[in-house]
Amino acid sequence: MDQFTTTIGQPNLTSILFFIVFISVTIGITYFAAKRTKTTAEFYTAGGGISGFQNGLALAGDYMSAASFLGIAGLVSLKGYDGLIYSIGFLVGWPLIMFLIAEPLRNLGKYTFADVVAYRLSQKPIRIAASVGSLMTVCFYLIAQMVGSGSLIKMMFGLPYEVAIVFVGAVMIGYVLFGGMLATTWVQIIKAVLLLGGATVLVIMVLSKFGMNPVNLFAAAQAKYGAKVLAPGGLVSNPWDAMSLGLALMFGTAGLPHILMRFYTVPDAKAARKSVFVATGFIAFFYILTFIIGFGAMVLVGQDVITGIDKGGNMAALLLAEVTGGTMFLGFIAAVAFATILAVVAGLTLAGATTLSHDLYVNVFRGGRAAEQEEVRVAKIATLGLGVLAVALGLAFKGQNVAFMVGLAFAIAASANFPALLLSITWRRFSTFGAVCSIVTGTTLAVALIIISPTVWVDILKNPTAIFPLKNPALISIAGSFLAGYIGSLIKGDETAEARYAEQKVRNYLGISVEKPLGE
Amino acid sequence: MKRDAQTIIASPEFKALVARKGLVSAVLTVVMLGAYFGFILVLAFGKELLSNLITDGLSVGIPIGLAIILLAWALTGIYVYWANNAYDNAVNEIRKGLGRSE
Repeated sequence: MDQFTTTIGQPNLTSILFFIVFISVTIGITYFAAKRTKTTAEFYTAGGGISGFQNGLALAGDYMSAASFLGIAGLVSLKGYDGLIYSIGFLVGWPLIMFLIAEPLRNLGKYTFADVVAYRLSQKPIRIAASVGSLMTVCFYLIAQMVGSGSLIKMMFGLPYEVAIVFVGAVMIGYVLFGGMLATTWVQIIKAVLLLGGATVLVIMVLSKFGMNPVNLFAAAQAKYGAKVLAPGGLVSNPWDAMSLGLALMFGTAGLPHILMRFYTVPDAKAARKSVFVATGFIAFFYILTFIIGFGAMVLVGQDVITGIDKGGNMAALLLAEVTGGTMFLGFIAAVAFATILAVVAGLTLAGATTLSHDLYVNVFRGGRAAEQEEVRVAKIATLGLGVLAVALGLAFKGQNVAFMVGLAFAIAASANFPALLLSITWRRFSTFGAVCSIVTGTTLAVALIIISPTVWVDILKNPTAIFPLKNPALISIAGSFLAGYIGSLIKGDETAEARYAEQKVRNYLGISVEKPLGE
Repeated sequence: MKRDAQTIIASPEFKALVARKGLVSAVLTVVMLGAYFGFILVLAFGKELLSNLITDGLSVGIPIGLAIILLAWALTGIYVYWANNAYDNAVNEIRKGLGRSE
């Protein structure tokens, strides 16, 4: 391999230009969105006026983080096939959202998934419990994203970590605070198009060197690093570990508050369905692209050069862009990665702020009675507070190993949010007490078990052996959560809730409310 | 004609709708779970099966991995096709019967 010197980490004129264009366009959108963001429905859900296709792109934009673009391409470039196994885990939760969650969510809720859980149960206890699950998911995910973005931006542009964090925080607060869901959605859509477009161009440029045939690329990788890069390696060594992580990813995807919230931005269940189909297709396409990008980097950049810049391989995609398309293309891809970071944290912050204002403030402290303008004001204060908190956490966790927090966020989403949501939709006898038991058990188990697992107990706290053997707690915490929900509902039933199940069921399946008079 | 929720959910048309949706969702979910966890089990216990080379540059694992990715997307497509046709028609029939056509 020729000696290759990269310009990564130096200010890059093209990337600054592309970035200024992106920021200008999105701020312009935020300005127009602000005029159409006056009511709570507009702030939380863009008034339900997003089309199924647009929402599909925005969902993909919400889900395809910089960590999955740069991280998975890096993983593939260093480990080969194992990176694909990882991607598959992140995709397979999407069909389950479609089959189990999307339509009931759209038909039964208004702004948050807690609306569905609390549909026929007692408002206050459910809202408090569901908010804890939601906020913990959002916060852990947000910390991982902020810390990751600070390091990535430092690596890409040479900007100091603290400056990067404060800048990301400030722009993200601007989008959400002024433009609400409408601006956030369009930021996601633009980012998704840029990311998919940029990755596609990168793949075409790589494949053009291999006769447009990926097999030739893989063969070159095999010739350079041996057939082991085309075969599964050490990622799945313990089947229980793999099962547990797989469950966290599958059911966690169906419990992520910022993803679930997007189903309220479309007009009806039909559009909700279409958006999952579109999102799954784009995310699947994206993971196939990252697989080829990873192999491209392995062959064209070389593993030594990749690990020379960053041990984790996070710069593989950018190095590949530079090798294939020069400094200008590097600048473009780096700007896309930056845009990706902004879009994901904006979606998370909006979801967290909605939980704080709609679930906690309005439905718990004000007993469901708050004036429209008051709720919007509280939602904006919550956005600001959460944005500042995200920056503070990003600074506080500087240099810490926070990779486990993504796994933890998925584990909490899978154990606290998903079981309560599924049981409240499908089980007539699910009671308030059962729901609270389920959420509390799921959250507690997920957090407690990950602390004593190898992930934290050994890797971070440096103890010799872990108390709990699995790296991800989902296998136990999901089962525990369902069991607690079942036992809790049997111990303390809820007659009012049972009586309202029929009405909920009609609305769930037919999308109509039978509280209003029917026919003549 | 007024009908309450209890009457609606006790009606044969509604029951058939619920049963069919339950069946379709369950079958598709089981296919997805089966494919994914089957893949994980093969990785855990029969890694060699996936490591074998079909030709230079292509191990058995690569097309299988891609097939699972495409399967996930195809299953959502099947669901949308079914729901847009069979399911929505049945829903509209029931709504019409309730005087709530849309």
